[in-house]
Amino acid sequence: MSPVWLARRLLLMVYTVIIVCVLVFAITQALPADAAQTLLGENASPDALAAVRARLGLNDPVWLQFAHWASRAAVGNFGVSMRTGLPVAPEMLTALSRSLLLALCAIVVTLMVGVPLGIFAALRQGRLTDTVTSLVAYLGVSLPEFVTATVLTLVFSDRLPWLPATGYVSPLEDVAAAIGHLALPVLTVSVILVAHVMRMMRSETLDVLQSDYVRAARLKGLPERIVVVRHVVRNALLPVITIVALDVGYLLGGIIVIEEIFAIPGIGRALMIAITTRDLPSIQAGAMIMAVTYALTNTAADVVYALIDRRIRYD
Amino acid sequence: MIELLGRLVRKPQGAIGVVLLVLLAFACLLGPWLAPYAPEKMDFLGRFRAPGWQNWFGADQFGRDVLSRLLVGARSTVPMALAATLIGSASGAVIGTTSAYLGGRADEFIMRTNDAIMAIPGLLMALLLVSTLGNGAGNAVIAIAVAFAPGMARVTRAVALAVRNQDYVKAAIARGEGPGWVILREMLPNAMAPIVIETTIRVSFAIMLFATLSFLGLGAQPPASEWGLMVADARQYMHQAPWVLIAPSAAIALAAIAFNLVGDGLRDALNPRDER
Repeated sequence: MSPVWLARRLLLMVYTVIIVCVLVFAITQALPADAAQTLLGENASPDALAAVRARLGLNDPVWLQFAHWASRAAVGNFGVSMRTGLPVAPEMLTALSRSLLLALCAIVVTLMVGVPLGIFAALRQGRLTDTVTSLVAYLGVSLPEFVTATVLTLVFSDRLPWLPATGYVSPLEDVAAAIGHLALPVLTVSVILVAHVMRMMRSETLDVLQSDYVRAARLKGLPERIVVVRHVVRNALLPVITIVALDVGYLLGGIIVIEEIFAIPGIGRALMIAITTRDLPSIQAGAMIMAVTYALTNTAADVVYALIDRRIRYD
Repeated sequence: MIELLGRLVRKPQGAIGVVLLVLLAFACLLGPWLAPYAPEKMDFLGRFRAPGWQNWFGADQFGRDVLSRLLVGARSTVPMALAATLIGSASGAVIGTTSAYLGGRADEFIMRTNDAIMAIPGLLMALLLVSTLGNGAGNAVIAIAVAFAPGMARVTRAVALAVRNQDYVKAAIARGEGPGWVILREMLPNAMAPIVIETTIRVSFAIMLFATLSFLGLGAQPPASEWGLMVADARQYMHQAPWVLIAPSAAIALAAIAFNLVGDGLRDALNPRDER
């Protein structure tokens, strides 16, 4: 990994963040909502509205408003919520921490289930186990989150009263209850991710199985178990790790629906509430935090990948 | 074309996909005539009636026939997803080809900006756009199209770069054809195969995304019997009548699977060497 490549990659990330800033600001500017009106309510007098507009800088030209907004956003100040009157950023970060807990659990479950399943299917290519797992994976990627969530709730909360259908408990308060409340959301996210990772892992393993060094290892007389663990899995795992990092982008989108359905007070739900109540500062903060998180994980994944695999040269 | 179709249905996955697509097309074209009842016809004696000879898929909280609502609702789900994918794919394909045609710094600028836009997750982008444009099926279609365009641009550009170096493109530029002609008449048609495959697979994402927006109350509006909306409605009654929930869920899944199968099948049929 050359320093030039790293510098370019980081520059690209900065550019991404700038573009996201412009987009989020442009979209929220176009929202059919008057910030002063939302703040003061329906019955505000024209004088009061004018005063608030002047104070918020709503009469300034758009580029000046953007400059003000972006310079404040750069230091993490997204203003106060129009709904609660509290600063937006701390509230959003607390919400993000709950979402990250959910995402982390889902990724752990996904790797623990998806990777072995993929290897297993590849080693049994064309046989019944392979066909069945491939079919299930197909179903997994063809179900939208809200359908998976609803069906899982129907089975594990309604028909079999095992798990709570909605709500959130902090693991700092009550670990058992926290796990119970997280089980269904994590399961929902995992169904889709496992399907994705399993398919990737299967096809990567099949590729590696046909490679020369695996043939060499077999000809050397190594037991099949060692060949699989030492040569096949190691080499097939690398691209899959990148895929998991890219899936974080999906995860952030999917989490909006999942938190909404299971009533988890994470960043997705905060954003949904902000959108339905037209709370501009919260929408901006939520969208920015999500996009920046994605840009960061993407960059990290690229850098780690380049560090591990020296064969890779990016142009 | 016929030969391609033949290769597509030779594998069981492709054949199942085509059959499901034909069924889906029937539901979209003839839904209202195939439906045994009017989709809004209420029957208060038949509330939450279990599936049986009167209502094959059961009845909902107003005694409306679930099968009829599904058949009529196919129209407010599948064509919307198709339209969104086509608009998004077409604009993405033109952007990608243009970028490849321009090359150099312009190409770099367009593709980096494109990558940056892709840092916003699709659903988040769609949500932001719908909240700006207002709720409704039409706006949801536009939002999904915009969310899809950058991904399509990236796929197309990769293919169009190879086409850009072909002799016929160089010849067209040499004989003084304008950029519009070269991009739309020379490059785009020759980058078509991967675009068609990607578009087909994306329809299944569009179906899921559109249903999700409707489920969240931002897409199709009641009393439309859009499938995502039906799931949202049925959730509160899942205890009394799980069938009202399961039928539209299965419909969404089958529609998504159909496009996935056909897309994957098309890819295999076009690249016979790759046997997986």
